[in-house]
Amino acid sequence: MKSKKLLILLSLLLVVSVFVSACSSGEEPTTPEPEEPTTGEEQTGEKILRTNNSSEPGSLDPALAQGTHESWILNNLFEGLMKHDSTGQIVPGMAKEYTLSEDDLTYTFTLKDDIKWSNGDPVTAQDFEFAWKRALDPELAADYAYQLYYIKGAEAYNSGEGTVDDVAVKALDDKTLEVTLESPTAYFLDLCAFYTYYPVNKAVAEANPDWAKDPSTYVSNGPFTLESWEHNAKIKLAKNENYYDKDNIKLDGIDFDIIEDENTAWQKYEGGEYDILVTLPQAVVAQLKAENNPELQIGADVGTYYFNLNNEKKPFNNKKVRQALVYALDRQTIVDKIAQGGQIPATGIVPPGLLDENGEDYRATTGDFIGYDLEKAKTLLAEGLAEEGMTVEDFNAQGFVLLYNTSEAHKKIAQAAQEMWRTNLGIEIGLENVEFQVKLDREKAGDYDISRAGWIGDYSDPMTMLDLFYTDGPFNDAGYSNPEYDRLIDIAKSTADQKIRFDAMREAEAILMEDVPIVPVYFYTQPYAVKPYVTGVYKIPIQYPTITYADINK
Amino acid sequence: MKKYLLKRFVMSIITLWAIVTITFFLMHAIPGNPFAKEGKMPPVVYENLQKKYGLDKPLYQQYLIYLGNLVRGDFGESMKSRVETVNDMIERGFPVSARLGAQALVFALIFGPALGAMAALYQNKMPDYISMIVAIIGISVPSFVMGTFLIQFVAKNVSFLPIGGWGEFKHTILPSFALGLMPLATMARLMRSSMLEVLNQDYIKTAKSKGLTKFAVIMKHAVRNAILPVVSVLGITISNLLVGSFVIEKIFGIPGLGMFFVKSIGNRDYTLIMGTTVFYALILVLMLLLVDITYMLVDPRIRLTEEGH
Repeated sequence: MKSKKLLILLSLLLVVSVFVSACSSGEEPTTPEPEEPTTGEEQTGEKILRTNNSSEPGSLDPALAQGTHESWILNNLFEGLMKHDSTGQIVPGMAKEYTLSEDDLTYTFTLKDDIKWSNGDPVTAQDFEFAWKRALDPELAADYAYQLYYIKGAEAYNSGEGTVDDVAVKALDDKTLEVTLESPTAYFLDLCAFYTYYPVNKAVAEANPDWAKDPSTYVSNGPFTLESWEHNAKIKLAKNENYYDKDNIKLDGIDFDIIEDENTAWQKYEGGEYDILVTLPQAVVAQLKAENNPELQIGADVGTYYFNLNNEKKPFNNKKVRQALVYALDRQTIVDKIAQGGQIPATGIVPPGLLDENGEDYRATTGDFIGYDLEKAKTLLAEGLAEEGMTVEDFNAQGFVLLYNTSEAHKKIAQAAQEMWRTNLGIEIGLENVEFQVKLDREKAGDYDISRAGWIGDYSDPMTMLDLFYTDGPFNDAGYSNPEYDRLIDIAKSTADQKIRFDAMREAEAILMEDVPIVPVYFYTQPYAVKPYVTGVYKIPIQYPTITYADINK
Repeated sequence: MKKYLLKRFVMSIITLWAIVTITFFLMHAIPGNPFAKEGKMPPVVYENLQKKYGLDKPLYQQYLIYLGNLVRGDFGESMKSRVETVNDMIERGFPVSARLGAQALVFALIFGPALGAMAALYQNKMPDYISMIVAIIGISVPSFVMGTFLIQFVAKNVSFLPIGGWGEFKHTILPSFALGLMPLATMARLMRSSMLEVLNQDYIKTAKSKGLTKFAVIMKHAVRNAILPVVSVLGITISNLLVGSFVIEKIFGIPGLGMFFVKSIGNRDYTLIMGTTVFYALILVLMLLLVDITYMLVDPRIRLTEEGH
């Protein structure tokens, strides 16, 4: 009996101790250090920009980054050979100048003289060579290694077939970097501003492969340094005093919260806890737009929302049927009444914001390929179905389904398309929502009729959209194949002559929009909100809003 | 007693093994993979990633390797984060979730049974109606509605309470409240019905007729017997509260463990799915064991039969 009582006492103690240990150890990492008076810029005179990064970065190692929740932070920490100015033009960053060989294949970059890492080391050409080869190392298994495949020998090394020495990037001396490409790439300089191409401090990374995991060992070469990182909670950047252009950096630091819920983040912005907020809830955007709120900015984005049509399935194998689906959508109504985020009705596959050979907007100079044309759609459908030996009743009897990944926004757009097709063409398309991963699986397997998709461009060139539909391309889920189209893409990819390239791309897009393997819906935009006292924030189409040169005037 | 404990221990290990095995194979059976995204990942990169995380090996081998690591307490590398291992994530997230959960539990334990007992004592009178309205709200209002409501109408108007985020005690007040409301309501309802039953028992009448004060009758005889059903749900309640809630943590922006349960599945982050599942199972098994032992402390019948031997 005694021993039993003891046991009971013991077990109770254990329950209590679980709580106590949970509570006490919970406080340890979360107690804020009193010596950092960061948030109150009024008291200290420090200018700290406060915002939210909507997702925890998977890594802040430039080689391992793979999306905006990493790059929005990285773009403030690092600088590549080239960078974008506020108008989106590509200008030298770490590089002072460059030369391009006659055959358009070999770039020779000369680095600036006064460039340093945040730990005081000089930034050298070797750092770039090291970083690029490291990102290609198959052992590192970087998701974005393929962004470097333009370099000669890069893909072979990454696939394990070639060696690291065959990768044609070489530091000729501390200040000179020579890169040879696989084929002429007109947008290679643009890629040199992309985060996979950022340098890594060779000495630091060789001594400590885990340098990027801990702010105390983290070394960067850009306008800011990584001050602290509380996982899933907060990331703080501080101004880099070793940055060559630090006089143009007005901020003393940037505080990123990591809050995934858009509504909570918006409440914090509204409550004055953030100075800028990028991912806004759809309803908030619609409301801000309706009341013409000056804090709302609608930034351009390089991305297209579309529906894949299964080109191998009857009757979607018929061009006229596909065209009928394209012309029967009233896109203006979809963006105005449904999407409500300032999106632009798609008139092709390449969104606006990308410049052509004359420095003008490609979309504007190329013109519109598709639009809303009810009569045309009806005629095309009748002809197309007749060619396939089908009637509208046969079509409806098939029970075709539009597949989308579960999301309120996608659902509304799918419903709108369903309704427009029904009322305009008399055809019945069902809706099916599945989890995102399941949708990807079914698209890859060709197990769908129509599916929702979207693509956000990687670099500032129409090719970032156009090469999606190359025969057997990894993202060509519609199963589109047209030798003429492939030929034009090949031409555009094999020359640096802008005239030839753009002519080929325009022709390719014309073919694509004639064949319409997909139904383009709208061009993405990126709405964001900035408080009136914040200046110097700008948005270039390919990136999140640039906050690097922001200033707070309170 | 020792024999009973040993038996329970062995059963717990078998339960855990079964959970690991079922989860492992179910998880690999669902479509998708950790590296799939709406992007054009070349096959080369995909193969490199498969190799890095050992997903190129046959499934049974992966299973055996996983079991081996698990026995050594190694949950493996997350397939989404290149910064933290699954062990890191659990070590970091659990204390946060557990702290919130503990606060929510204390809140529920103080007010839940008291509310239920009150309702029973004043059956069909005002206190009964009030406490049951509270209970119905607690049970039927989903936590995402409650969380949003608290942020929109409480946090935005009370300057002391922050809108989401994590760091100080003030950050924990609203989420603890939102988290504790459901168990509070469940406990209140359980307490009310069992209390009503107990109050009609003969031994209560006996106690009253012995001349005990009303207070003594309620505290010594009624509450003690009526609280048993509440204790029996405690094991699950504690485990659920300790490991965190996805909804509450997402709405309030709390860096806890609850987020990982749902996100890991969406991401097909196999190691994190396993890590969170095994960890939750471990806590649950442990809590159920402790509750069984606690039960013996408060249930006079169990003690009596044992002593009768």
